Amino acid sequence: MSYLKDKGIEVEYKEISNLNTLNLGPTHPATHGIFQNVLTMNGEIIEDSQQTIGYIHRAFEKIAERRPYNQITVLTDRMNYCSSPINNLGWHMTVEKLIGVDIPKRAQYLRVIIMELARISDHIICDSVIAVDTGALTGFTYLFQWRELIYEIYEEICGARLTTNLGRIGGLERDFTMTAWKKLDKFLKGFPAVLEEFENLVKRNRIFMDRTVKVGPISGDRALEYGFTGPNLRAAGVDYDVRVALPYSSYEDFEFAIPVGEHGDTYDRFMVRLEEMKESLRIIQQAKEGLPEGPYHADVPAFYLPPKEDVYNNMEALIYHFKIVMGETDIPRGTVYHSVEGGNGEVGFYLISDGGRSPYRLHLRRPCFIYYQAYPEMIKGSMLSDAILTLSSMNVIAGELDA
Amino acid sequence: MSQVDILQTVDKLKRCLQDLKGLPPIEIKIEYDFPEITVSRDQVYRVLQALKENKETGFTFLTTLCGIHFPEKEGNEFWVMYQLHNLFTNERIRVYSSASVGDPVFASVTPLWAAANWMGGEAIDFYGLQFEGPPNLTRILNADEMDYHPMRKEYKLEDDSRTDKDDTYFGR
Repeated sequence: MSYLKDKGIEVEYKEISNLNTLNLGPTHPATHGIFQNVLTMNGEIIEDSQQTIGYIHRAFEKIAERRPYNQITVLTDRMNYCSSPINNLGWHMTVEKLIGVDIPKRAQYLRVIIMELARISDHIICDSVIAVDTGALTGFTYLFQWRELIYEIYEEICGARLTTNLGRIGGLERDFTMTAWKKLDKFLKGFPAVLEEFENLVKRNRIFMDRTVKVGPISGDRALEYGFTGPNLRAAGVDYDVRVALPYSSYEDFEFAIPVGEHGDTYDRFMVRLEEMKESLRIIQQAKEGLPEGPYHADVPAFYLPPKEDVYNNMEALIYHFKIVMGETDIPRGTVYHSVEGGNGEVGFYLISDGGRSPYRLHLRRPCFIYYQAYPEMIKGSMLSDAILTLSSMNVIAGELDA
Repeated sequence: MSQVDILQTVDKLKRCLQDLKGLPPIEIKIEYDFPEITVSRDQVYRVLQALKENKETGFTFLTTLCGIHFPEKEGNEFWVMYQLHNLFTNERIRVYSSASVGDPVFASVTPLWAAANWMGGEAIDFYGLQFEGPPNLTRILNADEMDYHPMRKEYKLEDDSRTDKDDTYFGR
């Protein structure tokens, strides 16, 4: 400006508006997924925001209308990919409800162990990433080693790590191997101490608390109106948990607490997830100690693949194998809804069967999709850096959001 | 939920619906562990509001909402399913409403539940339904310039002209 003045040029400055438009996303390292937020900023304060979603929409509901039931499991993997076993088993339980199968106790307990491991791995990601977003990278590296071990346990159980395709309609595809039990023991022995170390690092940390307390709050009433479920709802003080409210897979046999927050802010969401990991460890311990003997799958030859050896040597097994693989099994007509407590809340499967080889209509209740619409309300009037923290504490997973 | 609990829910539902004036009799069906009712679309808002505000039923939580397409049901091609939950007693019900393909307009329940906004948005996007009242949504997950509603049954998942995937013997 002084340069212009020296030249003798007069410039008139007018203040038109002090609002700026800022594009956060679609691909931005701070959003942890592909979603766009167009923010209207007044300095560093967010005045308004508009979301665009659907960047990784893959039409799962449409694809499911052409697939046999056992092939839909792989679609559910890709919803909340941080805890895919919960989605897989939730889907299997939905189909089991439709065809009316009683699952043996052992299979139910093994499922509980797997689902709680998945919940821990989901919460590890969310909690350690909240810490990273406040600048604490160390805790992240501590916890992620143990998430790796959980993935190794998955690998022992089903052969895959991220998109697990775990379990079958009627039970599990195989019992836990000795290696799986050993790794589980190692996890149960080592993880609590690491979790405590992580907790001590961040829980009363001055910087962490300044960044998270009273950031992105939502009241319990508002959260219910917005259809919140899971840790985000519990952080706002509502003790709704599908595992307790409508128990499935023998959750009624275990003793555990539901951690509940008070203010529904980022700090509460962080703490609820932290405490939930401890409760999950308790459940795994109980399930492991009280594990009944028995088969690991129900006796439903029409839905559960026979052992490969029998397929070669036994006519009946060959027929069933063929029918299952080709999707020729008769399925009863009916409408079912089954929900499980996923990493982010109530994952629901609404299924209409017309008796055909694939569902007539499958609607997926994805908790992320439902509660992400509250995001503009939660970040209004806060700073940009707080908005990013709010987003990571809500644990919005793009795969589940867009399905 | 056990069968006894469902029958209790059905009783509560009956009492709640009786209190509403000018409502034709509504049949309550039980489908697995859910009571289901079907309400005409001009009454559905009123019924949902009553179910939410009635102290006895207290279905204050909207679990999910989705559109369904039954092309063979003439005059009632498009359906909307509302699933409600009473978080205190853990009772759940489903409410259905239908409209014809020429006039797929429903009352928006966003004033009752803020969550219904995007849930309805999916039905608008994938089935071409319309929800009267604010806010006005068009597309939510699909691209804005799309001119069709892909979840309708007339859109096949795969192109009919493909011949390399002819499974006359095994597929359907």
